[in-house]
Amino acid sequence: MSHHIVEVRNLQHVYADGTAALKDVSFIITHGESVGIIGANGAGKSTLLQHLNGSLEPTGGSIHIGHTPLSKGTLPDIRRTVGMVFQDPDDQLFMPTVFDDVAFGPLNLGFAPADVEERVTEVLELVGAGHLRDKPPYHLSGGEKKRVAIATVLSMSPDILVMDEPTNGLDPFARRQLMKLLCDFKHTRIFTSHDLDMVLELCGRVIVLHEGEVRADGPALEIFGNDKLLAECRLEKPLSMQNCSACGSKKSNVKSPDSSACQGR
Amino acid sequence: MASIHSAVLDLKRLDLLANGNSPIHRLDARAKVVVTLVFILCVVSYNRYELSALFPFFIFPAIMISQAGLPPLFILRKIALLCPFVLAVGIFNPVIDRGILLQLGPLGISGGWISFASILARSMLTVGAGFILVAVTGFTAVCQALERLGMPRVFAVQLLFLYRYIFVLTEESGRASRARELRSCGKKGQGIHSFGSLVGHLLLRTWQRAERIHMAMLARGFTGVFHASRPSRFGAPEIRFVLFWSTLFIVLRLQNVSQLLGSLITGLFP
Amino acid sequence: MHMADALLSPVVGGGMWAVSAGTIAYCSSKVHKEMDDSKIPLMGVLGAFIFAAQMVNFSIPVTGSSGHLGGGLILSVLLGPYAAFLTIASVLMVQALFFADGGLLALGCNIFNLGFFPAFIAYPLLYKRIIGSHPTAARISAASIIAAIVGLQLGSFAVVLETTFSGISSLSFPTFVALMQPIHLAIGIVEGLVTAMVITFVYKARPEILQSTLDGRVVERHSVRNVALAFLAATVVTGGVVSWFASKNPDGLEWAIKQVTGQEELKEPDQGLYAVLKGLQQKTAFLPDYTFKNPADSKKETALPETSRQPNTGDLVISPGHRPSVNPIHSAGTSLAGLVGGTLTLGLACLTGFLLKRRNQTK
Repeated sequence: MSHHIVEVRNLQHVYADGTAALKDVSFIITHGESVGIIGANGAGKSTLLQHLNGSLEPTGGSIHIGHTPLSKGTLPDIRRTVGMVFQDPDDQLFMPTVFDDVAFGPLNLGFAPADVEERVTEVLELVGAGHLRDKPPYHLSGGEKKRVAIATVLSMSPDILVMDEPTNGLDPFARRQLMKLLCDFKHTRIFTSHDLDMVLELCGRVIVLHEGEVRADGPALEIFGNDKLLAECRLEKPLSMQNCSACGSKKSNVKSPDSSACQGR
Repeated sequence: MASIHSAVLDLKRLDLLANGNSPIHRLDARAKVVVTLVFILCVVSYNRYELSALFPFFIFPAIMISQAGLPPLFILRKIALLCPFVLAVGIFNPVIDRGILLQLGPLGISGGWISFASILARSMLTVGAGFILVAVTGFTAVCQALERLGMPRVFAVQLLFLYRYIFVLTEESGRASRARELRSCGKKGQGIHSFGSLVGHLLLRTWQRAERIHMAMLARGFTGVFHASRPSRFGAPEIRFVLFWSTLFIVLRLQNVSQLLGSLITGLFP
Repeated sequence: MHMADALLSPVVGGGMWAVSAGTIAYCSSKVHKEMDDSKIPLMGVLGAFIFAAQMVNFSIPVTGSSGHLGGGLILSVLLGPYAAFLTIASVLMVQALFFADGGLLALGCNIFNLGFFPAFIAYPLLYKRIIGSHPTAARISAASIIAAIVGLQLGSFAVVLETTFSGISSLSFPTFVALMQPIHLAIGIVEGLVTAMVITFVYKARPEILQSTLDGRVVERHSVRNVALAFLAATVVTGGVVSWFASKNPDGLEWAIKQVTGQEELKEPDQGLYAVLKGLQQKTAFLPDYTFKNPADSKKETALPETSRQPNTGDLVISPGHRPSVNPIHSAGTSLAGLVGGTLTLGLACLTGFLLKRRNQTK
């Protein structure tokens, strides 16, 4: 239970070339929450995500995953807890076949081959990719790659799912499929995205990053209702909250909290 | 090279062929690797003027193609694109070696032409055997077979990485070079200067990708050890396959079947 | 300049396979011991990069032709010699399997020619010496060009040696050298220039990439010398074993023997399938000695003793030195038999394949 909490305190990161990507970031994400981290290009979203499983070391501040501080010693445990889905699935799918890729994590965790087999089958079915099992990753479509990439992470049964731009480059159908899948998860979920409609549908809470700092943190509808804040952070309202330019109908606030396809609790 | 682009398409096609489900596809890769090596060794062990004894060896590609359900024309087309170096070197044989070796009525055929034809036949057989091996086995399985036959693991693993990322990187560089082509007029802009920075950029992006991949590996608990998960079986079908073909190749190598058959025919019907 | 199966004898091909396999094993253990695990994906991805980079070409002024990046030197600069050798070997392996560049037997030669010289000679002995500890753009250019030229010259010379020793090509050694070396001088200059440009680019953008191979896991001089010595030893041993084997086992290695000892004739086997078929043939054939009977020649033919009437097993096994003494009519008939039989077996092979395919489809 306590494993699912993410606590970031005064996180700072300065790259080797002197760029301060994160100046002061703090937030707490509790069990089962679905949080969208949004912000303009260069706001520090990806840098922040890379800290959450220790791919980058903080210059200052600290990160706790379920009350365990992130450090060299706790890294293996934390990497098991925090499942990270990369933006480009080609970076994540490096093994010869889908099966090998999904089995990579569990094998590294030291599971017995029979258990691995079972787990891989289960996870692939879950993401609707059972039929892709023996295919090499380069013969998959973009949507299939994304779902398999998620499976590779799920097979390690993480408590927290972190995803960088999950809907990036997907066609509308694949995007819809993926969103349905994500909304069924019971994990604590953290997304970064420029797809604000997706954020609105999947996330109850939104954190706005601007120039390496948390500019706003609150319920999605509240944040997306604040035009001034969005403009200052080089963002805009999700399309579903904007007036329809084609037919002129006013769709003010069509998305009431319970009409969303999915509401992060 | 545009030809490399089409070669990559061919590579994808060959790779897809390996997904077939024929009895030959199902054999353990080691059996196929061993048989292919025996085949190649037998073919190249003939002396330079041997031609007729090479023909019976075509039975191997013919049977493999038909039994594995490979598209014969595709394989033939791939084989027909003979290595240019072979042609360039081989074509000197008829020029240099002019001694008449075979008299067909009024037509004298020099040793050079015969050895050139022999080189072509060897080339078709050896290259064809390689393609067929990949088409019925798949690159990954060939690598794993070689690893079980003693290839070092480090080498095998990075070979798999290489194969995986050929598909990603050739697309990337294809896009980059198309972009350059579209903005250059004729030969201008295609020179060595733009090449240097284009390839330099590609290299840096590749490097970053390698870093991300390593990150993705660490994120999934990689500790420097690759776990082999694939069960392998070298059972009766594999043993039969290896024994049958190896014996046939060795018999063909020791007995010139063409010669015997031809002698029977020309002997019977003079 | 990929070496090809069709030009190789099994002795040379097998020997070079052994040498390259040994080096791969040595480099693998080196990489495994000395490098961190991030190097393995890096090697693979950089190997794929070499493919990708070869898709991009550039026009060479004046000549109107185009060139592309060669792999060996740039990989050595980026990865250091051991990892580079492995990466080159894997690039060549993919080329051999998918692009018919060379072939499986020739792989050993190709890995040696295109991997060993850049990684273990040109890079440590030339490139690194010229660069020194403080690289500059000018030094990088000079070092790349010189190292690329030398590496390629050695590589193409090795191709010449391998081809000559294999004896399938009729090109004489001096002619072949005279053809290959100048061509590869030109290629080497271009390749060196391009390599220099790419390395300079990387050096300006991310110097730490190059620095890490320069100071960290540098090849100590001993180590290079050890590799070179190991090679020498391997070559001598292979050569010795091979020639011993060749003299013991003439049948599989006719050519090598002919070349080494000047011995010509091959004895036909007197037992087994051949004998059976020979018996059968003698019973059925109107013309027992396989040849078209030339009326003018028939008397002489029949007068010949049995052994000499039977031609060689390999119908065309006639060495160049022996040629003048060959009776053209005699050999014509034999060869005709070979050709007819060859065409027939080829037809049979294809037919078998076709029939099997039909059967599979109807099943």
